[in-house]
Amino acid sequence: MPAQRTSDVRIDGVAIKLHRVGQGVPILFLHGANGLPQWLPFFDALADGYEVLVPEHPGFGGSDDPPWIRNVGDLALFYLDFAEELGLTRFHLIGHSLGGWLAAEIAVRDRARLLSFTAMSAAGIRVPDLPSGDLFIWGPEETVRNVYYDQALAERMLAVKPTEEQMDILLKNRFTATKFGWQPRWLNPDLEKWLHRIKVPAQVVWGREDKIFPWQYAELWMKRLPDARRLVMVEHCGHAPHVEKADEVIPAVRAFLKEASR
Amino acid sequence: MKLLSFHLMPYRHLDFEAAAKHRSAWVVLPNELYDPVKGAEEYERHIDLLVYSEKLGFDGLGVNEHHQTAYGMMPAPNLIASALIQRTKSIKIAVLGRALPIVNNPIYIAEEYAMLDNLSKGRIIAGFVRGIGAEYHSSGVNPYFSHERFHEAHDLIVRAWKEPGPWSFESENFNIRYVNLWPRPYQKPHPPIWIPSQGSSETVAWASHPDRKYPFLVTFSSEELVTRYLTTYREKAREYGYEAAGGQLGWAAPIYVAETDDRAKEEAGRGIETLFNNYLRMTSEMLIPPGYTSLQSTKNFFRMRQNMATRSAFMSADQLIGNGTAVIGSPRTVRAAIERMREKTGFDILIGMFQFGVLTDELARRSLDLFAAEVMPHLRK
Repeated sequence: MPAQRTSDVRIDGVAIKLHRVGQGVPILFLHGANGLPQWLPFFDALADGYEVLVPEHPGFGGSDDPPWIRNVGDLALFYLDFAEELGLTRFHLIGHSLGGWLAAEIAVRDRARLLSFTAMSAAGIRVPDLPSGDLFIWGPEETVRNVYYDQALAERMLAVKPTEEQMDILLKNRFTATKFGWQPRWLNPDLEKWLHRIKVPAQVVWGREDKIFPWQYAELWMKRLPDARRLVMVEHCGHAPHVEKADEVIPAVRAFLKEASR
Repeated sequence: MKLLSFHLMPYRHLDFEAAAKHRSAWVVLPNELYDPVKGAEEYERHIDLLVYSEKLGFDGLGVNEHHQTAYGMMPAPNLIASALIQRTKSIKIAVLGRALPIVNNPIYIAEEYAMLDNLSKGRIIAGFVRGIGAEYHSSGVNPYFSHERFHEAHDLIVRAWKEPGPWSFESENFNIRYVNLWPRPYQKPHPPIWIPSQGSSETVAWASHPDRKYPFLVTFSSEELVTRYLTTYREKAREYGYEAAGGQLGWAAPIYVAETDDRAKEEAGRGIETLFNNYLRMTSEMLIPPGYTSLQSTKNFFRMRQNMATRSAFMSADQLIGNGTAVIGSPRTVRAAIERMREKTGFDILIGMFQFGVLTDELARRSLDLFAAEVMPHLRK
């Protein structure tokens, strides 16, 4: 198993934590609203033949929280600077949840560096009259139960009591998630009409039982992405397919990346 | 001492059993539980009670703003203020206050206050608040930017009152090409601004600043906390190089007076318990959404809440009276509680809430009468 490396990188005067694993064509993975509470087996599994880059967004985890980054559009331009600074000329882009929204904001601005685009349980657009689940009104336990379909898994997650330091990070992440996602809820009303600009091979990965963004959202992504190659709809799975059903998601994602690299 | 009679205007017909099935009496409490016929009656009675206070010699009447809740039926407190203006003669009318961050154009708040000030020929006190956390769920406004929006809206409103228009206002959240108030406020330079608060240190530092010296009103807190917050204001003023006047310090509390302590508790017990346990019931996620207070304050809050949860969640009348959150007792007891607070803090604005929870008008009126006869003269000395 390749070793995970963590470093601080400074972009636009903002220090962010960047985790890396593997070697090869880069994959940039953008995490969701909960941040990156722990390293996932998913990243290691992707890293075979690739270099997986997992930054903690400004305002999350161990990264700086600059007040001038006020919305997901700012964050997208920040990541375009990030890609330039790191010399990522060609890379695969994968975003989960808030990170999926962010990935789309990046891709509609500049797709020149992208080999492929993967939206996983992604925020950013909405299906009319099907509002997203409100994790801002759910309590902490309720949120865990709603994020995972498998309640035994939820139980195991809930049984782990976070340390004081981890609590602080979770609260920081929640503040930043609020900044980006509260109003309008997990949405840029102007994003959907520009998704046609993402003219790269794309796939959509979703949990059928997602209680935050119901599965119909996946179909809207498929409709709007101009080169949508496949929809990976994971049965008996909630909002985090790469955590809850990694065994199914990993081969599907790897197969897609291989095809998109051609 | 300035004495105000304050009202939240609760919906007293709430079916508590049905309400208990929901997360909170705020935001998500189905409005099918509101009966407009009964509600209309409530408005009339609540307004009558406030109007009655003028005759008893109070200096002011107080109303306030809350949204989508049975706790208070005043999403638009200025409408009630307007009605009160028509039914009273000389008493001040304090709106405690309008929630500045949750509007998209604060000019409307400046205009409405200016109108009320004209309608009343200068009887308006303008309260500015951020609204409680639940208001960010019901309005959709992002709590992360609450402080920023509050300060920008405040600056816009005060400038709109003071500076001859038209001019252009520019800020992060509000951009108004033409600011030019018609009407201008009646009072010069503008109505007094009061800041009701639950005591955040950021608000204390801001309100006590020499540029503002806004009266700071601590609401719904234990005697210990009220003392601490008002003392903090005094200390902050000293840091700024001046001595805070008593008129800068206010205390808002439920008050009930009866012939004896026992009788007062018996008559007001259910009212006060329903206020705190049924009407104010909400989750932490509603009360303190992320960003509504600083990271550190939020952390402290959750720590406190955790400790509370390990004890009893229900707040009894005895507890609320015992820690001084509610001032309930004989005239002598009530006088003593207020005097004690005056000795400790030198505060000079008392905002009494004489109706609370399901307390009936008959009892609230009797308590008001007794307060006016047995407590008020003493405080006037």
